[in-house]
Amino acid sequence: MDQAQLLPGTLDLLILKAVSLGPLHGYGVLLRIGQISDSALLVEQGALYPALFRLVRQGLLKATWGVSDNNRRAKFYELTAAGRKRFREETEGWNRLAIAMTTALAARPEEI
Amino acid sequence: MNFPAYLRSLAAKFLHRSEVAKDMEEELRSHIQYRADDLERSGLDRAQAERQARIEFGARERFKEECHQSMGGHFFETLVQDVRFAVRILRRSPGFTFAAVVTLALAIGANAVVFGIMDGLLLRPLNVPQWETLWGTMYNTSPGWQSYPNYVDLRNRNHSFEDLAAFKFAFTGMDTGKDLVVANGFATSGNYFDVLRMQPYLGHVFHASDEHGPNSAPYIVLTYAYWHSRFHDDRSVIGRVVQLNKHPFTIIGVTPPGFQGTLLFISPDFFMPIVNQAQVDGEDFLNARGSDHGVFEVIGHLKPGVTAAQAVADMNAVGAYLEKTYPKEFAHQNSALAHEGLTSFTGPATAFVGGLMLLSGLILLAACANLGSLFAAHAADRSREVALRLALGSSRNRILRQLLTEAVLISLAGGALGLLGSVMLLRRLSTWQPFDGAPVHLPVSPDARLYLVALALALVSGFLFGIVPVRQVLKANPYEIVKAGSAGRRLGRRITVREMLLVLQIAICAVLVTSSLVAVRGLMRSLHSNFGFDPQNTMLVSANLTMAGYSIDRVPAMQKRMIEAMETIPGVEHAGLVNDYPPLVYTAGSKANVFKDEIADLRLSNVTAMPYRYNISPGYFAAAGTALLTGRSFTWHDDKSAPAVAVVNRDFAGKMFGSVSGAIGKYYKLQDGTRVQVVGVVEDGKYAVITEEQQPAMFLPCLQSPLSQAYIVVRSHRDPQQLAAAMRSKLRELDSGLPVDTKTWSTLLAVVLFPSRMATASLGVMGMLGAMLSITGIFGMAAFSVSKRTREFGIRVALGAQRTEVLQAALGRALKLLAIGSATGLFLGVLATRVLASIVYQATPRDPIVLAGVVFAMALLGLLATWIPAQRALSVDPMMLLREE
Repeated sequence: MDQAQLLPGTLDLLILKAVSLGPLHGYGVLLRIGQISDSALLVEQGALYPALFRLVRQGLLKATWGVSDNNRRAKFYELTAAGRKRFREETEGWNRLAIAMTTALAARPEEI
Repeated sequence: MNFPAYLRSLAAKFLHRSEVAKDMEEELRSHIQYRADDLERSGLDRAQAERQARIEFGARERFKEECHQSMGGHFFETLVQDVRFAVRILRRSPGFTFAAVVTLALAIGANAVVFGIMDGLLLRPLNVPQWETLWGTMYNTSPGWQSYPNYVDLRNRNHSFEDLAAFKFAFTGMDTGKDLVVANGFATSGNYFDVLRMQPYLGHVFHASDEHGPNSAPYIVLTYAYWHSRFHDDRSVIGRVVQLNKHPFTIIGVTPPGFQGTLLFISPDFFMPIVNQAQVDGEDFLNARGSDHGVFEVIGHLKPGVTAAQAVADMNAVGAYLEKTYPKEFAHQNSALAHEGLTSFTGPATAFVGGLMLLSGLILLAACANLGSLFAAHAADRSREVALRLALGSSRNRILRQLLTEAVLISLAGGALGLLGSVMLLRRLSTWQPFDGAPVHLPVSPDARLYLVALALALVSGFLFGIVPVRQVLKANPYEIVKAGSAGRRLGRRITVREMLLVLQIAICAVLVTSSLVAVRGLMRSLHSNFGFDPQNTMLVSANLTMAGYSIDRVPAMQKRMIEAMETIPGVEHAGLVNDYPPLVYTAGSKANVFKDEIADLRLSNVTAMPYRYNISPGYFAAAGTALLTGRSFTWHDDKSAPAVAVVNRDFAGKMFGSVSGAIGKYYKLQDGTRVQVVGVVEDGKYAVITEEQQPAMFLPCLQSPLSQAYIVVRSHRDPQQLAAAMRSKLRELDSGLPVDTKTWSTLLAVVLFPSRMATASLGVMGMLGAMLSITGIFGMAAFSVSKRTREFGIRVALGAQRTEVLQAALGRALKLLAIGSATGLFLGVLATRVLASIVYQATPRDPIVLAGVVFAMALLGLLATWIPAQRALSVDPMMLLREE
């Protein structure tokens, strides 16, 4: 399957979605995004981190150091209250946009 | 944006730099480890897996940098960088930095001081509760004196004020049993503290209910400051009895700290009920409707909902009623309301502070122009560096930002320095007592508002002079500059921004120099104008017999003995006495109504003249040095049993009788109907203030209307200060309980000259600041143009140019600008000094000495400022220069 390019601005929403399913470290976020998008969405590994730092600065994510299953130290990210709110809003916004786009693109000449 | 999170992010970034870096590094490493784990599971060996993971991850340093930026605060980071760079640049040119910081410190300091004075005098209200609704009533725009019965009528008949309080001054000798010292207080109506809504700090205050007729309330309330300085915070003073002018008063309370009465300039030592004023004044004003000595000011809070205009109409109605009821004693003038505090000084103080603000604003503008041209020169010096940075890909924005950072850095340093100086100066001013013995002070104290103003001034001026080189930088073509080298920029013939700034600055400085010279000349002239008496070698001995407990019938005999005692002192030429105050002392002078002899109906609308009235003893004119034009002076026989006589001044004689010679032997009438015969005419003089128009004056024999408060004028051959001790001991011999005060007349003139002196001193300082600014401005310009053209001079010298030709080339332009600027400034200065005339007596710009002085001063400044650059231009060695290039 071809991997799709991310639209600008969607990375943040994807990260919020990934983290909303449970606390994750950075690499875990990448894996989770691959898993929930059936590997259709590709995130450049290094580009993930500036986005994570930005979300922390905006108070949407909270970062804490912890230990993973294989005993490696890692920084885990989870949603804050503000993050959960933003995630809900952006999801709704995205859904509206997607439906509108789909409808628009599906229009046939006889419907006009 | 979530603000706390943002702050946490910034704090982490700036406060824990290394931790954040380590944290970031570790996070990225752990990411690569995880990836390597996965790759290893897919079959690679560990080393290969890790290598593969690192490659997949990409440019680690770049992502770290991006993470760093994501944390926010990029603005601050740039700022920190700019500030560091600016500090480095400024340290590299310490001369420039020093000149710029000092210039700004002077300019901002001057403005901060002026603001502090304005804040203290005009912006800050009295330290009383709800000052917004507290008003002072004024008649005919001056708060002035009024009579006590009229105050009582106004208080009882008006419908606009919650209540009205009145106060006047009480000059007393306060005897605590241990010592006798002169203490000055307010004699106030009983309701004074209730009207002001003032609670005592200690004990209690008196109320309207304590007033039961004359001398019924022998209580005093001390101010906190006086309680602190005289009674050393002794809480047991409450209930103690002190003697005021030999009458017992009980201390009942202390007012709160910070309360200094209801006048800004004058802080009383104590408050006493006005119903007891006769004990202190020696004269009863409570029933004297015709006397203006009863009350100094009337104050009160307006009732809620009553506007100032309604209150004024109400006061005018009461005034009209009083005039109709008491036509002989009261002529109503239009009333007005003013916020309490400065009262009659509001006008002059506003004019003075306004003038100062204008001048200090000009100073700041001149300083900005100065620094602007310095900065432009500085930026031109660095054109090569700027060009290189542009060529290397720096944005113009970034470079401008950096230049502005430099400017603001300098202005902040200058502002801080200026503020420091001004705070010190203001602290000194607030404790300064300009007049020895008088409770006068300037209510200035530096506070947060002053700091804010200084900061704002610093920032504004930083941006003002910082933007001057902006056009230069924006227009800079890096390719041309780098190719041509720094010396390649031609100085064009056309007028540059820099030169315009210089002209502006010199013009402003010339205005300041003109103003200060005009002020100094005015002051000198007013010091040497004819006062109608000669203050040189004259001592004023004040002897208030009320303070020593004399009743009025014993006063004349005692005064005569005192005068005779003075005359026995070796070195004393003449001695004479004047009641109340001599001319030009404490701006005090009382006026009386006089009528032509033929007028029978002595109502106030028929008044012929209102001369100053002095009650004098025989020998006064000789002692004061007042010339008798015709007729005779008084003798000791002009007493109560003799016919009423008067000596008048030339102005009086002219107004009343048409001529000096025609006045002798003629009669006129006083308010009480007494016919007075003129026996002599003396020269005109100044009476209350130096700036007054020529006023009429009359002198009556003190034996015919005795007063216990008097000054003995003692004229001597030599410095009267040396005789002061002898005078005091002579008076002690007469009565050891007499509080005696000796001051020379010249010293006391200082009070009436104070506004002029202050204005002159401030203008002098401003003028000097202006002169210094123009020196640095011209110097900067000349030095810059010489340093840019040394090569050209070298060639000129090599080709055989004479010294004068080199000098002309080097400095001709600077001097031309100086001439243009000075001429403009002189012209503007002459216009501006019309304003000065209102503050400084006899300030006229149409004075050849002033004009010549300004031209000379500016020429001298030009010479001073161009001296060093001229030397540099002349010392150019063509061989050295040509070889170097």
